Amino acid sequence: MKKYTYTEKKDTRSGFGAGLHEAGKKNENVVALCADLVGSLKMDAFIKDFPERFTQVGIAEANMIGIAAGMTIGGKIPFTGTFANFSTGRVYDQIRQSVAYSNKNVKICASHAGLTLGEDGATHQILEDIGLMKMLPGMVVINPCDYNQTKAATLAIAEYEGPVYLRFGRPVIPVFTDPDQKFEIGKAWMVNEGTDVTIIATGHMVWKAIEAGEKLAELGIDAEIINIHTIKPLDDEAILKSVKKTGCVVTCEEHNKFGGLGESVARLLTTELPTPQEFVATNDTFGESGTPDQLMSKYGLDAVNIVEAVQKVIGRKK
Amino acid sequence: MKHTIKELEDIASQIRRDIVRMVHGCQSGHPGGSLGCADFFTALYFEVLNHNKEFSMDGVGEDLFFLSNGHISPVWYSTLAHAGYFEKSELATFRKLDSRLQGHPTTHEHLPGIRIASGSLGQGMSVAIGAALTKRLNGDKSYVFTLHGDGELQEGQNWEAAMFAPFHEMDRLICSVDYNGQQIDGPTKKVLSLDSLQAKFEAFGWHVINTDGNDMQSIVEGLHYAKTLTGKGKPIMNLMSTQMGAGVDYMMGSHKWHGTAPNDEQLAAALAQLPETLGDY
Repeated sequence: MKKYTYTEKKDTRSGFGAGLHEAGKKNENVVALCADLVGSLKMDAFIKDFPERFTQVGIAEANMIGIAAGMTIGGKIPFTGTFANFSTGRVYDQIRQSVAYSNKNVKICASHAGLTLGEDGATHQILEDIGLMKMLPGMVVINPCDYNQTKAATLAIAEYEGPVYLRFGRPVIPVFTDPDQKFEIGKAWMVNEGTDVTIIATGHMVWKAIEAGEKLAELGIDAEIINIHTIKPLDDEAILKSVKKTGCVVTCEEHNKFGGLGESVARLLTTELPTPQEFVATNDTFGESGTPDQLMSKYGLDAVNIVEAVQKVIGRKK
Repeated sequence: MKHTIKELEDIASQIRRDIVRMVHGCQSGHPGGSLGCADFFTALYFEVLNHNKEFSMDGVGEDLFFLSNGHISPVWYSTLAHAGYFEKSELATFRKLDSRLQGHPTTHEHLPGIRIASGSLGQGMSVAIGAALTKRLNGDKSYVFTLHGDGELQEGQNWEAAMFAPFHEMDRLICSVDYNGQQIDGPTKKVLSLDSLQAKFEAFGWHVINTDGNDMQSIVEGLHYAKTLTGKGKPIMNLMSTQMGAGVDYMMGSHKWHGTAPNDEQLAAALAQLPETLGDY
């Protein structure tokens, strides 16, 4: 198992804030909008340097999405920022009609996704957003795994023409990817090469997968770990290549097992290469109040759950 | 004036013929609101709007128009065709398979003149604000126009937008409401009363004007006047009283022709009231 270390922990939303600031410096057409959550979205640096390119919309997310769609007419590249719940479910029809169907170059940037939002509870902990967004024709869906990758993804989507959903989170987690990485939309990242099982992880679950990989190595299981940061378009080739080698797969995501990354992988495999698969994901449930660590543990999203799923899926191999 | 009132009325008559023929041709669509707004569209595209029929999505240096109540697409399509955006023969494809003239307007089929999809109601004012913000950032002093149904104002997003526009002093935004008092399930007064739109928009900080949307003189003067109100920091709301079905006697004054197509006899009766002025498609 390749050794991954970290020297600091940071939140992925801060990676977004840093990426937005840098994207703003690189391209004067980058503009930002927020619905009364500037601090939570870490937009302060952008606002300080480019105040005229920032629009505070107030607590009016539907209006924000519509304004963002309109701002593309004339060449702006709008980044909208609010919590993932209010970025998707609350404004689904606005995104569907004014952004996706109209093919507008809007970047919907969503913080506090999943259970790790923590104490605010289930009203704010969306576990359905990946499914909602990947269903929209033409929508790119990205869920990066640490500060550096989120920053790189933010820069990459500024250069991509078309609607994007960028999902990130609140808690501080290990920073373990390359600070100078080039982010390629739709291109999987090989975290660890192995032969016994393919672990496919996204977002906060990638570090958990690395922890699980270390435990599995101690058990004599050689796990291949792939980071799928882009859930749509899915890197079919990387997944099929790995699964051909390992013969089984575990998908890991901080999201409902209905509609998430796991189902995208299952859809691919069932048509191309039927393979035993286990899902580490929430099980058709809402969350609740608690610390992020408590919630990840209670809802089965820890390294130990990945280890168990791997043992189970290996047992299903023919 | 680029045209006389009589010339504009003639254009509107042809657009009305197109509307009833298009809706008859596919036996679906929304003739009532389309007919009611034929004068507005004529005034806008042939007199008021600074626009370029060589369409570009970004519309730099041009006035932009957004139709929020997308179901009245027939009037917009006919207007765009007569304004030179595409061949009027294409109007025959309205709502048919493989057409660029979808039931509700969309950018998806790349029809020139359309900059956003509409149909799901209540979204156009926000989009127009966004386009106006970009014009402001780009130093482009053109105007942004919209049209909304009155029933559509029951959608909450309008009021988010209505709060935003005055706060940000969007005084190059000129919105109009097709104030016909009708919606699918009946008169707005009975379905969900709008009460005083004048008082509502004034309370939100808009400059409200009133026009007769079926009187060419009134609507042309009103829209020209609206342009002169720029510089006062207030967006402009044109409350435009109209008759649903205007121009076709049996369709007027009722919500029943909101989304119903005429049969062959009804088509003939309608066309008998609408002189062919520019040639049918």
